[in-house]
Amino acid sequence: MSKFNKKNKGEIPAVNTASLPDIVFMLLFFFMVATVMRDNDLKIKNELPAANQVEKLDKKELVMYIYAGKPNSGYQSQYGTEARIQLNDKFAEISDVPAFIYAERESKREELRPFLTTALKVDKETNMGIVGDIKQELRKVNALKINYTTRIGDVSLNKN
Amino acid sequence: MARRSSPEVNAGSMADIAFLLLIFFLVTTTIETDSGISRKLPPIEESEEDVVIKQKNIFTVLLNGKDQLLVEDELMELEEIRAAAIEFLDNGGGKGEDGCDYCKGKKDPRSSDNPDKAIISLKNERETSYAAYISVQNELVAAYTHLRNVRAEELYGESYSEMIKNYRDVNWPGNKKKLKQKINNLRKDYPQKLSEVQ
Repeated sequence: MSKFNKKNKGEIPAVNTASLPDIVFMLLFFFMVATVMRDNDLKIKNELPAANQVEKLDKKELVMYIYAGKPNSGYQSQYGTEARIQLNDKFAEISDVPAFIYAERESKREELRPFLTTALKVDKETNMGIVGDIKQELRKVNALKINYTTRIGDVSLNKN
Repeated sequence: MARRSSPEVNAGSMADIAFLLLIFFLVTTTIETDSGISRKLPPIEESEEDVVIKQKNIFTVLLNGKDQLLVEDELMELEEIRAAAIEFLDNGGGKGEDGCDYCKGKKDPRSSDNPDKAIISLKNERETSYAAYISVQNELVAAYTHLRNVRAEELYGESYSEMIKNYRDVNWPGNKKKLKQKINNLRKDYPQKLSEVQ
């Protein structure tokens, strides 16, 4: 008798999880490919404004980044709540911009230097005063190609 | 002698390892934005003699400290500026050599001569917010793109935006040199003359 009722003891069989690693690996590969390691640790609030008439910056190595915005809450006791500039990993003054541009130029191969672009990553709540000052400094050191980095979206997102 | 089959490796912990890696990448990922509005700043050395530009060829946009928009001395909403800029750029009021045979504007002699002479001057104050400034820049660029689109449809039967997209696409099968030539023609017809005054 027992020979015939081995199966179907009334228990639900366990769910087969053999394909779980496959699914997880798929996700893993997606994130590995999509990841860009951030090279700057942001100390400021950096919520970019939205625009839809954008051009893509295609040569990553030819871009210099200047960040500006309000300091993060952890730094506000030291640096206040007024918008500040960040170059590389440090807070900087307007007067530090030319030195930064020269250093960046030095680090690039000579034939690439004319194609360098400055990307301004400015928080949307910043006043134009600081942006105007940055632009003025850039003109002084002849770094004329700039790019206002934005999110892609309709301009109506910029109103609160 | 019977050969013993090697025992199967237990793959049960593979999922755990993969999860660990997955969580690491999830946490470290920041999808970087690398697109924006490109501009070229004017060089600093002031030329000795000022170039005389007729007042009617300048389209003044002023964004004040309260983010209010003043276009040609008239208060305007952000939504209206695109149409106003298109009307100004495409006016083509010039005569003879300054004429513009492809413009579709009103040919008003009090407005711009042709798109090549028309200059948009964008002024801001120190208290203007960056978001508002970018919004206005975006609308002005949109005006140029619109005019180029119309012109491209007329000349080549496809829009300027489409051509730019094709030019960027590595898999596009067409002739890129010819396409670049077409794009340059359109840019010559409607050059982006947008000056940012401090």
